[in-house]
Amino acid sequence: MEFSTPLRRLVATAEEVAGRNQEKIRDSIVKSIYLTAENIAHATACPKVEKSIDWDRKIDDILTSPVWGFPIMFAMLAVVFWVTITGANYPSEVLATGLFWLEDRLTDLFTAMQAPGWLHGLLVCGVYRSLAWVVSVMLPPMAIFFPLFTLLEDAGYLPRIAFNLDCFFKKAGTHGKQALTMCMGFGCNAAGVIACRIIESPRERLIATLTNNFVPCNGRFPTLIALATIFVGGSVALSLRSMVATLTVTGLVVFGIAVTLFVSWLLAKTLLKGELSLFALELPPYRIPKVGQVIVRSVFDRTLFVLARAVLVAAPAGGIIWLFANIPVGEMSLLATFAGWLDPFARHLGLDGFILLAFILGLPANEIVLPILIMAYVSGGALMELDSLAALRHLLVDQHGWTWLTALCTMIFSLCHWPCGTTLFTIRREQRSWRWTIIAAVIPTVIGCGVCLLLNYLVRGLGLI
Amino acid sequence: MGSTRKEPVIALAGNPNTGKSTLFNALTGLRQHTGNWPGKTVLQTKGSYIYKGRKYTLVDLPGTYSLLANSLEEQVARDFICFGGPDATIVVVDATCLERNLNLALQITEITAKVVVCVNLIDEARRKKLKIDREKLSCLLGVPVVTTAARGGEGLPQLLNLVDQVVKGEIRPQPRLVQYDPEVETAVAKLVPQVKAVLGDLVNARWLSLRLLEGDLTLIEAVEKLTGKNKHVPCGWC
Repeated sequence: MEFSTPLRRLVATAEEVAGRNQEKIRDSIVKSIYLTAENIAHATACPKVEKSIDWDRKIDDILTSPVWGFPIMFAMLAVVFWVTITGANYPSEVLATGLFWLEDRLTDLFTAMQAPGWLHGLLVCGVYRSLAWVVSVMLPPMAIFFPLFTLLEDAGYLPRIAFNLDCFFKKAGTHGKQALTMCMGFGCNAAGVIACRIIESPRERLIATLTNNFVPCNGRFPTLIALATIFVGGSVALSLRSMVATLTVTGLVVFGIAVTLFVSWLLAKTLLKGELSLFALELPPYRIPKVGQVIVRSVFDRTLFVLARAVLVAAPAGGIIWLFANIPVGEMSLLATFAGWLDPFARHLGLDGFILLAFILGLPANEIVLPILIMAYVSGGALMELDSLAALRHLLVDQHGWTWLTALCTMIFSLCHWPCGTTLFTIRREQRSWRWTIIAAVIPTVIGCGVCLLLNYLVRGLGLI
Repeated sequence: MGSTRKEPVIALAGNPNTGKSTLFNALTGLRQHTGNWPGKTVLQTKGSYIYKGRKYTLVDLPGTYSLLANSLEEQVARDFICFGGPDATIVVVDATCLERNLNLALQITEITAKVVVCVNLIDEARRKKLKIDREKLSCLLGVPVVTTAARGGEGLPQLLNLVDQVVKGEIRPQPRLVQYDPEVETAVAKLVPQVKAVLGDLVNARWLSLRLLEGDLTLIEAVEKLTGKNKHVPCGWC
């Protein structure tokens, strides 16, 4: 940078005064500051900061040890999912029963008023039903997962996760803080993308941004949980069901982390080559979280916020989907026609046209993918009530020929496809580039298609299904 | 734009993870995301609070350990304290590791005298049976010191009161500056008059001389931007 004359003169004078001792002066300055700080601290704090037992250190030795670090991390993850899955089951059913009871009453009301069939269809079968689905499927897992996650965050566990994963990210050629931004992605990918600001180097920040989508956000967790419960859990004894579902979800998350690392590595080797920046990861002291505050905050600030967003998207989407499903084009509905176009391609991925269509229509928010799918399936056939997971299983398996492979491919595709509209918008805002925003959508989609395709043909080729 | 600013601006500085954001939320009633991991506040956040009928703007700066190493966060924090013209700066320090936190406090008092040191997490210190002599600390630093537990709201009224007094000039802190080695002090003495001649009262002359001596050009760049044609303050948030 060019300086104006007086400043240049000042810099020159300073160099003259300092002579060749700039470095030495710097060291001396830093030393003096540290010494002064030390003296003041010793004079004012007593006893000196020598704790009889350094509990933080002792806990860290275990939580970040090479032997125990990973098992504890996965156990922690599994416990969080297990509590979420088992805990969400009951309220989910209660909500569904209640909300569908209300749907019947609404139907009665419409009949009593002799409202036209299309109005009832649009408002009750379209708008109301998707709202009921979003609330009963999404709310309980979110209301349990968010507080649990916030408790871990408040206690100070997140930096320990970053510490454990640091070597992997380093090997992938990216910044260790990416582990932190990845963790934030569990709550919401848009939040994760914003958190990428903590990474200073633009190259490494970009990598973290592009790969954030591979950890399932709260909008996708319930989808994964529902499918895992129905398909993987459904095949074992009742007592083991939630355990197996938990392991499946945990496995998917681990798979997502593996994909994150792989894509990061690929990007660091190809498009985004560059120097690895060094950083010191600080492990903050553990703090006992204020449980009450955490619960209130996470319920009001996060759960209700995310739910409101989902509802706002789901209500109009439900109406539109119902229209699509009921506007006939020739023999079939508009929705079925679209799905028919997508079907041949989707079959290669182990999905079907409706599933792919649901993902496409779910672009505004991942929360509505499953409700859209159900609506698309239901409105084609007889009107049925879906007030439990068993009914959902019946719909998917008996009426639409889902197999465990379909479920698995759907779950993988849910994990690896374009980010939701909000996340894409956030990426665009943070990176100020349409190019990288598009790449952020293309990468996971290509990966998702690739993995599903491979899996589908592998399983069928081996005759496992 | 009026010539006098009606709302005082208060900067909130401190090491990462000292509860700065918690304090910020407690004072402003905002709900900035807080979490127990360093680097959470990347850009400054602005909020406001009302004390004794007067509105104060509070700027939460990114957490840093020093103002010397020139990371992005440190430059943002440094430039705001130096050129953003805060009417007072609150330095939040962690009561449980005073020594490390005081490094930053000492560096800030070199830039500006209008500082209130807020020894936060005093509840944690108490739990660890750690006693802090607030008066002595205030005496040794030369600036007002208050102990707080921002999570429970303890000490916040005293903090607001001290800030108010500093802003109004009822308290005029006289920071006890770090004394450097004789060679450094001699060099500084040589430079200070020249810095004053060029920049006047724009920047603390002693502090700028020290940075010049160690060859910190990023600061000169910031000064250049400030004195150059476009009087744009490079504080990163305007």
